[in-house]
Amino acid sequence: MKNALGRDVPGHPYLGLQPIERIEYKQIKSLKEDRKDKVHYDLESFIKTLPLEDKMTLSFHHHLRNGDFVMNQVMAEVAKSGVKNLTICASSIFPTHAPLVSLIEQKTITKIIASYISGPVADAISEGKLEDVCLLQTHGYRATSIMSDETSIDIAFIAAPACSPEGNITGSMGPSGCGVLGYAIADAWYAKRVVAVTDFLVDVLVPEIPACCVDDVVKVDRIGDPDGIVSGTTKITRDPVGLRIAKSTAELMKATGLLKNGFTFQTGAGGISLAVAKEIHALCLNENIKGKFASGGITSYLVKMLEDGVFEELYDVQCFELDAVESIKRNPNHHKMSAAKYADIHDPDNIVNQLDFVILGATEIDLDFNVNVTTGSDGRIMGGSGGHADTAYGAKFAIIVSKLVSSRISVVVDQVTTITTPGGTVDVLVTDRGIAIHPRHQALIDHLKATTNLPIVEIQTLYQRALALTGIPEKTQNLGRIVALSQYRDGTILDVIRQIDTAE
Amino acid sequence: MPGNNPAMLLSAPILGSDCIIFDLEDSVSLNQKDSARLLVKHAIETLDFGSVEVVVRINPVSSQGWKQDLREIVPVYPDAIMIPKACKEDVEEIERFILEIEEEKQLTKKVKLMIIVETAYGIETIVETLRCSRRIECVLLGAEDLTTDLGIKRTKEGYEIDYARAKVAMAARAFSVQAMDTPFTDVEDTEGLVKDTLHAKSLGFSAKACIHPNQIDAIHAVFDPTQSEIDSAIEILEERDRALSSGLGVFSIHGKMIDLPVIQRAQNIVDLARKTGKLK
Repeated sequence: MKNALGRDVPGHPYLGLQPIERIEYKQIKSLKEDRKDKVHYDLESFIKTLPLEDKMTLSFHHHLRNGDFVMNQVMAEVAKSGVKNLTICASSIFPTHAPLVSLIEQKTITKIIASYISGPVADAISEGKLEDVCLLQTHGYRATSIMSDETSIDIAFIAAPACSPEGNITGSMGPSGCGVLGYAIADAWYAKRVVAVTDFLVDVLVPEIPACCVDDVVKVDRIGDPDGIVSGTTKITRDPVGLRIAKSTAELMKATGLLKNGFTFQTGAGGISLAVAKEIHALCLNENIKGKFASGGITSYLVKMLEDGVFEELYDVQCFELDAVESIKRNPNHHKMSAAKYADIHDPDNIVNQLDFVILGATEIDLDFNVNVTTGSDGRIMGGSGGHADTAYGAKFAIIVSKLVSSRISVVVDQVTTITTPGGTVDVLVTDRGIAIHPRHQALIDHLKATTNLPIVEIQTLYQRALALTGIPEKTQNLGRIVALSQYRDGTILDVIRQIDTAE
Repeated sequence: MPGNNPAMLLSAPILGSDCIIFDLEDSVSLNQKDSARLLVKHAIETLDFGSVEVVVRINPVSSQGWKQDLREIVPVYPDAIMIPKACKEDVEEIERFILEIEEEKQLTKKVKLMIIVETAYGIETIVETLRCSRRIECVLLGAEDLTTDLGIKRTKEGYEIDYARAKVAMAARAFSVQAMDTPFTDVEDTEGLVKDTLHAKSLGFSAKACIHPNQIDAIHAVFDPTQSEIDSAIEILEERDRALSSGLGVFSIHGKMIDLPVIQRAQNIVDLARKTGKLK
């Protein structure tokens, strides 16, 4: 069935932006006792005691990012039990999780639900090795689907940087401290069984996940590598072209009139996005503008902006850098938040709905402003929404920043390979060769043309400018079976991702 | 910008400079000269540079490559050819060869010249050099080679090139060509760049070369008119228009008589403000 964006999809098709109907979440499970005998000291023997069955759903969070040891450790032991057809509900999957590929090939894992997948697991899915269809959700909808029981988690394995014997968990302490556990909160409250896996048993006075959620605590040698926790993309670009895009973006933000006292802001960890933060930082200090908050994944640069008084508060769903981990320990204005508080569509007070600006990247953006951050132009999975679609929806002004042409490929295309974020929620594309504003903002376009020298053009013009440099690229068409679905933050299906042809 | 780097050539039109100099000389190694020549030629033919002027620095007359540089580049109509280590003799020889190419290829537009003076001889004979060709539009002071020629140390303060700067600025003005200052080579020191540019501006330079795109905005900030300068210039031009329509030959603003040089300066500021986007 064709959805509102013209894509043929199975299940519930995306119908366009609809009024949001509040739903009642299921009752959270019965609370656990504050016992100290939850602790187990051997993962292998502990896993043998679990009532594992075929077709169960096991969940994991990704706060240890590419330094995570827990999913591999746990799944290696689970596989020994011989269970099959498991669903892995992980908030994200990174290259370090390559060992899952053999479990996919052995049919131990036959379904994956995640918000972002990169590396060998993404390749395996693209190549059709996963038996069932992978579901790529937004960060917000992952929490929503868990709380609404659409995703019913049998056992949540929570990598716990610090955990008390009773099961009080925090991300802020321990040798693998990652600061925040925002993406694990829904799992902890709603999974049928919750297992904390920790390498740091200690009294936890201010837990993010309280002991009443936790059934078991398993002590292991190490849960992660702190070096891998740091995102690899958190350096401000030094590329002059990227810096010019950032400068234009800051000028545009100022010209909208929204950049004033009390403004709210989110930016990713990409080099250009961080350069925008740097421009905004300088602009706010020069013009004495104080923002209300910045949110999302928190980088060292946002911590600096908080400390310099540019923002009153930070709302942190995951720490991208160790400076953010330190900040959240000591700064009372640096708040932890859950994925649901961040972006659950049924919470009208969620943080994304309070955003004025969000700065986002794009692998592709099409003439209708639909954005792809899920697959490459060849259809191979290389990411996923994360919070992209959530923040684009919530923010008053969702700005995509990108070079128009990178490595001979245009970011502007006639139709994106995969829709991650609907164009109706994207407001602006800022490139090095011009700025395109969605035509629904005609009054703003007129205002900016009359009052600024910003190079505002139609997105078709940017497309033509790109083609003049790259030529018209040959279309690739994947006709393989559907291997993954791009699911929107309201649960509807935006697009399908098909098996790629690996025969050369 | 080195002429043998395709990615750099591609970004040339979007860096925010008024002019881009593609280099075939010092930044290109000997075994890359031919590919640089072809890349630059095709870049000029293919890319849309908008309002950015395109200049190509050729190899010096003392080298083997300069004639081939001109054979490839002149027919694709760059805005100007930049002559390194310029002196009267070299400029004359190059101009003769350019003329041959223009006639042979029946080119419809004469290419301009930008010269770099970067030797003691070049500085001391600058007036003769400027007089020898009407194609020269701009003179760039090359302080690195000049101080090497003089056997002296190049400093950030730049006292050692004050004489050369003054001489170049004065000579350029005398021949109504643009004076462009030498680059500031510490790309990390924006404060030093601004100070150096302000000094050059005070001596009469109206442009500065840069060796890294991240220097462009700081240089613009020095040469672009300030808002108060723009406001004052607009007031002068409006008052002039009122005076003209009332049949008055002279007028005053805030008790000061406004004469022709002041009006011309006001017009220059408004023109520059429009060009730099500070005035719609």
